[in-house]
Amino acid sequence: MTKVTWALCAIVAVALAFPAAGVTKQTGGTLNMIAWEGYLQPQWVTPFQKQTGCTIKPKYAGSSDEMVTLMRSGGGSQYDMVSASGDASLRLIYGHDVQTVDPSKVPDFKNFGKAFQSPPNNTVGGKHYGISLQWGPNTLLYNTKKVTPAPTSWSVIYSPKYKGKITVPDNPIQIADAALYLMKTKPSLGIKDSYELNPAQFTATINLLKQQKPLIKKYWALASDEIDLFKNGDATVGAAWPYQTNTLIAAKAPVKDLVPKEGATGWLDTWMVSAHTKNLACAYKWLAYVSTPKVQAEQAIYFGETPVNSKACPIMDKLSKGSCEQYHANAPLKYFKQIYFWKTPIADCGNGQKNCMDYTKWQQAWTQLKG
Amino acid sequence: MAASLDAAQGLISRRRARRFGGALALLGTPIGFFLAVYLAALAALFVSAFWTVNSFTGELQHVWTWSNFTTLWHGSIYRTVALRTIGIAAAVTITDALLAFPFAYFMARVAGPRVRAALFVLTLLPLWASYLARVYAWRLILDHDGLLNWSLQKVGLPAANIAYTNTAVWIVFSYIWLPFMILPVYAALERIPHSYLEASRDLGARGGRTLRSVILPLALPGVVAGSIFTFSLTLGDYITPLLVGGGGGTQFIGNVVYDSVNISSNLPFAAAYATVPLVVMGAYLLTARRLGAFEAL
Amino acid sequence: MERRSTKIALAAFTALVLAFLYVPIALVCVYAFNKSNVQSWPIAGFTTKWFSPAIHDTAMQTSLWLSLKAAAFATLAALVLGTMAAFGVHRFRFFGRELVSFVLVLPIALPGIITGMALNSYFTFWKVNFSLVTIVIGHATFCVVIVYNNVLARLRRVPASLEEASMDLGANRFQTFRLVTLPTISTALVSGALLAFALSFDEVIVTTFTAGAQNTLPLWILGSIRLGQQLPKVNVVVFLILAFTVVPVLLAQRLTRESGILRTE
Repeated sequence: MTKVTWALCAIVAVALAFPAAGVTKQTGGTLNMIAWEGYLQPQWVTPFQKQTGCTIKPKYAGSSDEMVTLMRSGGGSQYDMVSASGDASLRLIYGHDVQTVDPSKVPDFKNFGKAFQSPPNNTVGGKHYGISLQWGPNTLLYNTKKVTPAPTSWSVIYSPKYKGKITVPDNPIQIADAALYLMKTKPSLGIKDSYELNPAQFTATINLLKQQKPLIKKYWALASDEIDLFKNGDATVGAAWPYQTNTLIAAKAPVKDLVPKEGATGWLDTWMVSAHTKNLACAYKWLAYVSTPKVQAEQAIYFGETPVNSKACPIMDKLSKGSCEQYHANAPLKYFKQIYFWKTPIADCGNGQKNCMDYTKWQQAWTQLKG
Repeated sequence: MAASLDAAQGLISRRRARRFGGALALLGTPIGFFLAVYLAALAALFVSAFWTVNSFTGELQHVWTWSNFTTLWHGSIYRTVALRTIGIAAAVTITDALLAFPFAYFMARVAGPRVRAALFVLTLLPLWASYLARVYAWRLILDHDGLLNWSLQKVGLPAANIAYTNTAVWIVFSYIWLPFMILPVYAALERIPHSYLEASRDLGARGGRTLRSVILPLALPGVVAGSIFTFSLTLGDYITPLLVGGGGGTQFIGNVVYDSVNISSNLPFAAAYATVPLVVMGAYLLTARRLGAFEAL
Repeated sequence: MERRSTKIALAAFTALVLAFLYVPIALVCVYAFNKSNVQSWPIAGFTTKWFSPAIHDTAMQTSLWLSLKAAAFATLAALVLGTMAAFGVHRFRFFGRELVSFVLVLPIALPGIITGMALNSYFTFWKVNFSLVTIVIGHATFCVVIVYNNVLARLRRVPASLEEASMDLGANRFQTFRLVTLPTISTALVSGALLAFALSFDEVIVTTFTAGAQNTLPLWILGSIRLGQQLPKVNVVVFLILAFTVVPVLLAQRLTRESGILRTE
């Protein structure tokens, strides 16, 4: 082999022998966390890492299903924490993937609104399986220049007026949104809970979605999908998270969002700790940190959601005038009742009937629908 | 005489034993690795296609059943998706073959040595620019307000509405796998001895005839080898359809399998559906072997 | 040999194909200077403000380092295993010889998602922790065949008389291998290694299933793409990597050209 080749080999060997460049010295542990896009911004993660010495490695997921799968991967030993929404948390609890947490170790727990201290989606049999984080709606997002007059109802995403310019999330739970619309516009179907649908109600909902399909430009799977769709003129109206709205407005796109008159589905997120985590100390430090009023306010404004800590409101207004009112952090109960929070559909309809469609059927129907 | 014959036979059988031992030593490690890890994992995966999973807890149920396959058989969507994927894979293969052949021919037989070296480097370089970044860049091109429509508008043509359709997926797949088609075709064309073409000309054949009767048959193994890549990569990819597809009716086999395992946590169903690309590629490989593609990889 | 007009037409076509190949790459490089963090056409303005944050991003650095290590080890494994297999198949005739090629080509002929899913559940079953080792194993499966094919093709073109002559001149097997055989296959090893490294470095699908909670560079890029907030950073990283790899690729091309065995019969 030529001298050059030997030299190259020597360089490579030496380079491999060096420890990784740029890896921060870890005084604490590392937390591998599964989170929604926008939940682990450097704005509040960097101070945490500095304060506690714990390192955070985020893994973004776009749907509760993904989060559940990730949490279970590798025998459940891969990730330490997950910001699970209501439709994932119960699955994780019953699958023994998460452990109980002690709220007394979280100083701000006593400042949480009553509805968020022990909600049914993270408290089972009196045991807490996580600490509530934030909550918010799935909003109707629209381009103010192209969609006039400003919409007030979800009907705009089911009408042919904006054919080929509509986008909705690529997520089987989206069926609940259609069911919610039918609940309000077709009471004769008798839908009482958009997550508990008997076969007839389910078929009607799927038919509505089938009618919607030719109007859809793309079923967005990643948050950036929707951002690109709206920024580049492919979509002018659709279902979104406030995160996309905020990003688009920051990028000077003419958009606005709202919760339409029929109400909206939404999510109530909980930070849960893996049953197999090796960094319990860091996990508790994070739970305490993310519940403090300042971080609650920062995250709420950034993502566009509502904090569970009632002390966050004044800080929100300090950071961004009027944001407390905008995100309903000061009058949560009335607004709270407008939102139909995600939960996992199961066969038990809760009223004695057991013929509701369970989530597997939702997933199959969704795949069938997309085509 | 007999003694030396015996000695010779002994020598031959010792040689044969040494050869076999040698073969074992050389091949033992790589084949051993493949058997113990890759093939065993594949077998385990396809065995799990006959199991089910508890939808609420995600635990694998080791109960033997055909249910995954019956769901596949009865669900028309799975047939649609499979046919769509195979169709687009074929379209991508043909597109890439048509794009790669003249390019490789120029590179192998027309270009001077400096140009050829430059073209070779230029063909390899895209493989180093992240696949994800390049696919994402296509969104900029195909979006409603993107580069393509901007250019069409400048020339006075109507805007195309390609974003997030199967056409977009076809274009981007053809783009991404093109270097994988160029390389084997180039290698095959480069191997054709100059004397063959001279002989063909001496026998009276003009360019077109030589192309049809001499060059194409000799280049075919290279094309088939390249098509193994384009076909199989399209059959299993879910990222490109996710990023540049996504409208109604643009699911690919890869998406259904990925959704099944990463979203529904239903590994048995994913494994069952994965038998489709397995069978298709198995058949394709057997045909490719007949056409001599394995030597051209 | 060909008519002049054919040559010109071919050259023009080649230029068009090159344009097709490089327009998206050019876009990536240009948008590394995008003022806005959301990509749209035309570009919102030019700035170099993303370069420093991109280079200093610790998550990116860790993932880049992991990618380099994984690719290096996978290429090394491929070199060793692929060469051994090529020699085994070339030297000896035995039952099932064809099967070896078939088995080795499977990882690259079957979709990556199958390999990924299979290895993932296999590792989970044997309670193997997802780490650099699992990533390397995943990559090695499809890298082996690249080196194998390159070396085998070269061996078929090298006359056996060279080795015999060497041994006649008194060299033992090891010396023959080191001084005669290895140099003749060296360029095949280099080009195979380069392609294997490139494939491993940029691999996404199998890695998604075998990396666990860690990020290789492509996984970091995927995470950034999901977020949609820092796309110019991704473009900066890709742009810089491309700039850095031009030199090794050129170098490798030079090496394989000069010292290779006869390229035409």
